[in-house]
Amino acid sequence: MEQVQTIQKRLRVNGSWMESSAATVVELLQSLGIDPSRRGIAVAVNDAVVLRSEWATAPLHDGDRVEILRATQGG
Amino acid sequence: MAAVTPQTTVATGEDLLRIGGRTFRSRLFVGTARYPNLQVMLDAIEASGAEVVTVAIRRIDLSDPSRQGVLDVLDRSKYTILPNTAGCYTAKDAVLTAKLAREALETDLIKLEVIGDDRTLFPDVEELLRAAAELVRDGFTVLPYTNDDPITAQKLQDIGCAAVMPLGAPIGSGMGIRNPYNLMIMREMISVPLIVDAGVGTASDAAIAMELGCDGVLINSAIAGARHPVQMARAMRLAVEAGRLAYLAGRIPRKLYATASSPMEGLLGT
Repeated sequence: MEQVQTIQKRLRVNGSWMESSAATVVELLQSLGIDPSRRGIAVAVNDAVVLRSEWATAPLHDGDRVEILRATQGG
Repeated sequence: MAAVTPQTTVATGEDLLRIGGRTFRSRLFVGTARYPNLQVMLDAIEASGAEVVTVAIRRIDLSDPSRQGVLDVLDRSKYTILPNTAGCYTAKDAVLTAKLAREALETDLIKLEVIGDDRTLFPDVEELLRAAAELVRDGFTVLPYTNDDPITAQKLQDIGCAAVMPLGAPIGSGMGIRNPYNLMIMREMISVPLIVDAGVGTASDAAIAMELGCDGVLINSAIAGARHPVQMARAMRLAVEAGRLAYLAGRIPRKLYATASSPMEGLLGT
């Protein structure tokens, strides 16, 4: 049987540590049940904004701090 | 008999508010927080006549990522969305939040808030100026929430902010315009739009801000927290319009003693 190689890493997503095999921002969003094509979402990795156009290629590394944000009610 | 020409309503005519490259007919900006529910929020925004609506940027709830949000219900063809950096205590966090807001909402507008203390929510002016400079350099249209301090307002204008948003009183306090004299001085010193942000409690507060010559008012708590938010939204709309008209019309000077309005000539017994 063929073994699928997935590299597990620890990511801090919105303040909580989690195990993830996501290699890119898009993969992480999908694994969290967030539709990457949905508008109104922004992502930062290690305090730097990752542009939407780079989500498919931006790599994630062990220990990365990821923030996934959206607009909410505010004054 | 002289013909009486009916006056058109100046505030609903060509008296436009210009911020950055944008123009607005309404001088009332409204927030989207603290309403009893989203429908009341939508009805209140509609009743307010506002064209600019503020939102905050927060972490998505990973336990319910597809939950309906404020952007799912607001008609973006109707409203200009003004994201804020509320809750940021440092220039660094405010700049990152602004950049995330730009990415999420595809807008260069940012209501810049850098708070110094969670009890007063007063701005941290040092961090505010630093963040404003960085965001202006980065191409943002920056609307900074600031103290009622004319010197800070001047510095924000010099940095290149598109408007200056002094507080009338602490956020959510409903204390009204606590220092009208500073706003008057600011009005003389500042040429970019002055938008009173925070402190308005009821309609007369909004009217006073406008009568002082402010270009607009941003209101959230006073509408959302009113017993009847939709009614209060309409009250604020009328107050902002009334205050603007009164400012443009030019009030009479205050004096200590009376001046009769009825003529003295032909008075009985003279």
